[in-house]
This record gives sequence, structure tokens and C-alpha cells, in this order.
Amino acid sequence: MNTIWIIVKRELNSFFDSLIAYIMIVLFLGFSGFFTWISGADIFLIGQASLRSFFAISYWTLFFFIPALTMRMLAEEKKTGTLEMLLTKPITDRQVILGKYLATLILIAIALLFTLPYFITVARIGNIDAGGTICGYLALLLISAAYASIGIFSSSITNNQIVAFLVALFIGIFFHFLFQIIASGMKGIFGQIVNFLSTTVHFESLSRGVLDSKDLIYFGSIIFLGLFFTEVSLSKRNAYNQ
Amino acid sequence: MDIIIENLTKKYGNQKAVDNISLKVATGEILGFLGPNGAGKTTTMKIITNYITADEGEVYIEGRSLKENAQDIKRHIGYLSENNPLYEEMPVIDYLEFCAKIHGIVKTRVGSRVTEMIRITGLNREKHKKIGELSKGFKQRVGLAQAMIHDPEILILDEPTSGLDPNQIAEIRKLIKELGREKTVILSTHILPEVEATCDRIFIINKGKIVADGTADSLRKQAQGTDILRVKIEDGEPNQIFRSLQALSSVSLVDFADRQHNRFNVHCKTDDVKRQIFGLCVDKKWVLTEMTPFETKLEDIFRELTMN
Repeated sequence: MNTIWIIVKRELNSFFDSLIAYIMIVLFLGFSGFFTWISGADIFLIGQASLRSFFAISYWTLFFFIPALTMRMLAEEKKTGTLEMLLTKPITDRQVILGKYLATLILIAIALLFTLPYFITVARIGNIDAGGTICGYLALLLISAAYASIGIFSSSITNNQIVAFLVALFIGIFFHFLFQIIASGMKGIFGQIVNFLSTTVHFESLSRGVLDSKDLIYFGSIIFLGLFFTEVSLSKRNAYNQ
Repeated sequence: MDIIIENLTKKYGNQKAVDNISLKVATGEILGFLGPNGAGKTTTMKIITNYITADEGEVYIEGRSLKENAQDIKRHIGYLSENNPLYEEMPVIDYLEFCAKIHGIVKTRVGSRVTEMIRITGLNREKHKKIGELSKGFKQRVGLAQAMIHDPEILILDEPTSGLDPNQIAEIRKLIKELGREKTVILSTHILPEVEATCDRIFIINKGKIVADGTADSLRKQAQGTDILRVKIEDGEPNQIFRSLQALSSVSLVDFADRQHNRFNVHCKTDDVKRQIFGLCVDKKWVLTEMTPFETKLEDIFRELTMN
């Protein structure tokens, strides 16, 4: 655990030293703030004391931002060879992956923490559903965790950051809306299965304030599979001379 | 800590990068690992440092299997890999602290170890600079510092002096020699004089197979069979000198190296050949102006073994 924490700290430092963290936080707050308060279906238009519009827009901003955070994680280390340097030290592949994964999650959590004033403001305007809002934040954290896991996997299969970014978006698109669209054209059990694979369905039910174990299992599975395949992908170095 | 490698084989696809290599390195020995590009040096080193695993065969370190105790054994190995990869955006001192912590050095000792390594590698003036801003030679020092930060019993160095200027090369060689007294060192290089200068033993591989293993002297003996003396004798008739030399009991064969200047290559049978040649010259009132042992260059041995 201690070793993982050392990796987490290094990754976070690298986020903040390279300005990625600041750019990410500013852009995230800018986008989500703009559409929550100023434009489109914002809070004043809806006229309800709820952060639903914020959750809906963050669902999209995070979809694009997370691959940008994870794309360099392993791709860059593979390209420069620092992964070799790291893995010949007393640390396992899994510890490296978990460290990088946790660092991404912590950065996203920090970004979300900065939206706490939104909550306070809305709570002062009207009677906010605190439980529902907490569920909404939980939903955002869970989709972030799922997409971060997909992003890290994408980063592990290539040593080109752009490729890693695009692959993460490509895989993400299926979960983000394609499965739902495909499912709407299907009937019966297959339609239900494909529909179950869509993050949108689970995100919406969660952000409405419905805490269901099905959703937790769903996100947990994506996270687990993403990290599992990342580890498999790293062990491929044994088969090809890189 | 000693290293025993048994029947190591590693394939990439159909190509055998390392083909059934066996090797022993004793504690305190500095082993020079030679071979042309693509011979399997780096692959072997990657296996010993547990970055990749072998398809067949086993590595034992201090009698313990590397496969079964990988995480623990990695604590005792310091590795400088071929391209010396470093986190360029990190300052030297932060990077070394990071490496020290990964190696599980206790918090109270991290600072003193980092200071010590900075002193040994002469990085004091550069310690707050970002690694990316350093010149290649200084980066190489950072690479060496991170390899030795946990005071490992085994050092694996893949081309440690590449990209350094002659002064730095001399310093690094001296450092490796000093370290080699108590540590087990395996170093690979293309620079042949470097091996002679630093290594106790030489190990040449080609196309994944061992082609030579021994000290520089023993490899030379092996390559040329007998000792050869290069002799120049003046004030005599060449053919007469030739016959007289050939008649000596300790001489097996004489060649003309340069007939005009009375130069000969004398292949020796026994060790008292120098005395006999000197005695001969005194008797015949010839002047002996040159007598040097002729050494086969390591380059020649290397070329002979790896060109085919």
C-alpha cells in the first residue's frame, strides 16, 4: 500500500508540475459552470433547486477530460522507457497501475470538490435534495472511475499518447451512448443486456437519487475489467521486444 | 551475492534472442558482457532484473530462484538500462528521493542516501535542476545514482559509459572498479578497452549464444595459442639471424615480420626464450634493439568470434 502511495504522490506532483491539473480543473469548472449557470438548460431556466443540470453537463465534460488525463500514464512511460526503470525496482505491475489509477481519481475528486460552492449556492436559493445531490456526485465519481480505468487500459496498449486518447474515446463512446442507441432498436433479452451495458442508464438512475446495487456492480465490473486488462497488456512485454 | 544463470532461453516470436545461456558470476566479480548489436546482451540483463521473464531456464541469486522471489530479489539489484530512461520533468533530488522510497529505504535514511549519491556522482551543482535540462553525461550520472541509491549487492549496468566524455568515462570506470570490490557487477559495452580496464572476466555472446568466457589474458592465449615475441636484431645478416633463432631450443617457429629491418616474429615454446635470444645476440655481437611481447588485440578476438 505504501508503495502504491509513492506512485500516487509522484503522479499527482507530475499533474500539478506540468500544469495539466490546473488546465483540467479550470476547463472543467469553466464548461460545467457555464452550462450550469449561464447558458442552455441552466438552473434558472429549470427553476428548481437541484444540481441536475450540472450533473448532466459534467457527464459529458468528464467523458472527454478523463482520456486526456490518462492518455500519458503508461504510453509515455513505455515510450521513454521509464516503465522498465520503474518495474525493475521492487514494485509490481499492479502497484504501478493502481498508483496511477488512484492519482487520476484523486485529481478528478479535487476538480469535483471545487464545485462544492455550486451546491452551497443552490442550497441557499431553495430547498435542495441533499441525498439526491450526494448520489449525483457519487454517480459522477463512479463514471469517472470507470472511464479512468478504460483510459489507463488504452494507455497501456500503445506508446503513442494520441492513439491512447482516441482509443479511450472510442471504447468510451460505446458505453456513453452507442449501447443505449443500439438497445433502443433491439427487443427482448438482448435489448435489455445491451441497454444494461450503457453507462447513461446507470448514471441517470443514480443521479436521480436511486442507489441500486445493480449500478454499483456495473461500475465495479468496468473498473475491474479495465484494470485487469491493463495488467494483461503490460505483461505482453514478455512476448514482444519493445 | 552470486548470480547463477542456467540454460536461459528467451524467444521473441520465432527468433531466439537468448539461446541456452549458462553463466556464473561470483560475489565481488566484475563481468564484462560483450557482443555485437542484437546479440542478446540487453535481453539477458532484462531477465536478470526481472523486467521480462525467460521462456526456459532459471536465474538463481544467492541460491534463490528469481522467478519465485522476484519482488524480494529486486531489492538487491541496481539497474541502469540501456537508454537510461529518467523522468525528465522531475528535479534530480526529487527523482532520487522517489527512487529511494520505492526501494523501501526508511524515511529517516532517505535524505542521507540521496546526499551520499549526489556526492559520489558529483551532481551537487545540478541537484535542483530538472533532469530534462541536464547534459547527457549528467543524466548518465543520475542514472547511476538511482541504480546505487539502495546500496545494492548486485549492479547491472547496460552501457554505463555511453555518451560520456573521456574524463567522465575515466571517473565512472574508477567508480565501477571501486564498487566492484564488494559488489557483483555485470556491465555491457561495445567499447573493448573499457572491458579490459574494468572487468575481471569477459563474456562474449553472439546471436544469443555464448562464444567466449574468460579473462582478457586467457581469451588472448586461446586465440593465438602460443606467446609471440616481436624481435629486432641489427648488425647481422637476416638469413643467418633467422637460422640462429630457429635453432634455439625454446623457439618453435620464426617468421620474418620485416626482412629489410631485421624484424622477426618468434613463437615461443618455453619462458626462457628472452634470455636465450639475448645470449645469442651477445655471442654473435649482434645488437638487440627491440623485444616486445606481441598481443592479440581484444578487437581481433571479438571480430573473429562474432563475424560469421
